[in-house]
Amino acid sequence: MESIENIVILAIETSCDETAAAVVRNGREVLSNVISSQIDLHTLYGGVVPELASRKHIEKINQVITQALNEAETTLEEITAIAVTYGPGLVGALLVGVSAAKAISFAAEKPLVGVHHIEGHISANFIENKELVPPFACLVVSGGHTHLVVVEDYGKYKILGRTRDDAAGEAFDKVARAIGLGYPGGPKIDKIAKEGNPQAILFPRAKVSGSAYDFSFSGLKSAVLNYLNSCEMKGIAVNTADVAASFQKAVTDVLVEHAMAAVDEYQFTKFAIAGGVASNSALRAAFQEACHQKKIAFYYPSPILCTDNAAMIGAAGYYEYIKGTRSGYHLNAVPNLKLGER
Amino acid sequence: MKLLALDSSGLVASAAVMEDDTLIAEYTINHKKTHSQTLLPMLDEIKHLIDLDIKTIDAVAVAAGPGSFTGLRIGSATAKGIALARNIPIIPVPTVDALAYNLYGTEKIICPIMDARRNQVYTGLYTFESVQETAVPDTLVSLLPQCALDIVEICEKINALGRAVVFLGDGVPVYQQQIKNYMKMPYHFAPASCNRQRAASVAALGACLYAKGVYQTAAEHAPEYLRQSQAERERNESKNHKV
Repeated sequence: MESIENIVILAIETSCDETAAAVVRNGREVLSNVISSQIDLHTLYGGVVPELASRKHIEKINQVITQALNEAETTLEEITAIAVTYGPGLVGALLVGVSAAKAISFAAEKPLVGVHHIEGHISANFIENKELVPPFACLVVSGGHTHLVVVEDYGKYKILGRTRDDAAGEAFDKVARAIGLGYPGGPKIDKIAKEGNPQAILFPRAKVSGSAYDFSFSGLKSAVLNYLNSCEMKGIAVNTADVAASFQKAVTDVLVEHAMAAVDEYQFTKFAIAGGVASNSALRAAFQEACHQKKIAFYYPSPILCTDNAAMIGAAGYYEYIKGTRSGYHLNAVPNLKLGER
Repeated sequence: MKLLALDSSGLVASAAVMEDDTLIAEYTINHKKTHSQTLLPMLDEIKHLIDLDIKTIDAVAVAAGPGSFTGLRIGSATAKGIALARNIPIIPVPTVDALAYNLYGTEKIICPIMDARRNQVYTGLYTFESVQETAVPDTLVSLLPQCALDIVEICEKINALGRAVVFLGDGVPVYQQQIKNYMKMPYHFAPASCNRQRAASVAALGACLYAKGVYQTAAEHAPEYLRQSQAERERNESKNHKV
């Protein structure tokens, strides 16, 4: 029987605008985590341009993989398996990582494991919290995703709620653009909101009728735009910090309220957050406080593991690998891959 | 010298293994499935059927553009992954040159045309020059290096050369009528056996390029698209308008 004591995964992630590779031992020990960000390029266009993202991925992919192997002081020969994000994401971007991973698997004669990007985000929590084991609840919030998920076991998920329109991170980007902060919106709103009053403007907290755990952020975004328009019509100067803080509070309130309602109903004792928006300081603080009040454990990854990265793919890939999941050379990029599907 | 060659620049996916002057395997598919689903399974099939030890491959030749942006990247990423794992060089073979190489030795002008959308073709003009009474084989000479052109422009360029021409490539079925309308010189269309991308041609031309020192590291390699992305084009246009 194969020893599961020393499984070393080379992980590759190219689903959006970060070219990333990492080496992870036994799912929880990060030996290297290399991220080549394209943010400066996409900032010129006010958002991610898929074709340019794909072009950058192909230019950078080998350097990033080689650096990940070097920093981990290992070689392809010593790697147990290759894990790669195959969805969801931008199809052209995903294809670069998937094609390279398949070719490396083929030429280095190592097994291949396709990984779901959101499973990666959730699994980022395993890296710094060695004691965290399923079952637990997790809120995944990023530029492309807003999911409230029960992690029933490794690789086994039940979705309690999801956004019906914009992802939370998307709302951050759109509002940031509207108040002139530019791209990417999340970190910029987080920063300026610290100087604003979160009670200054009462923006709506949307509920989706008939589904207690689903989210909707497009109404909130419109409310911010309407507020800005009405200020302009009336000739009132807009306090950008107050708008940012009040908007951020509205998003955070909805996320915390839905999550804690689920905690009450399902009696979770452990709650985690994941995804790019999980770096938001107000969101972290609000969840910390809410979980403290409920007397349940709260987990969150460091910012470097919240953003798109390959270490999280290595963590998720490890649990798939030891379950026996293997991907064939026909593995394709699946841009709208659903959580829990293969 | 043992070469592995790939071409996924257009609708065709093609893979080949060539050792010195011998083609050992070639697998070509021209069907609806995406290259991501076909290219590596084809390579794997070749590997099993010819008992290929991947460690014996000396270089990877790849159709490096122009072509479908996504198709080129699937080919390049595959080449880069293999070359990274085996620490071998990549030979970037210009796609249109490789298409022309399908018609080795032809005395007529060779004009590959690949449908490039937006009323353009990726094309070029080629002929073979032979060095008489020597053992040196005919060499591919480009009269017009690969580029993106309107079909009418390329027809006019051939008419100006005043020589007969053979057309090939996936642009032929798309632009056949315009070719009939605009060509004044005699023209022919290559038959199905050699009118699309073939990895064997990428391999054979790749070996010539390698001998001339045309190769790069796996890390350096990226496709030559011959075209900016739409976002870059629009950004440059709006910048020019402002000036």
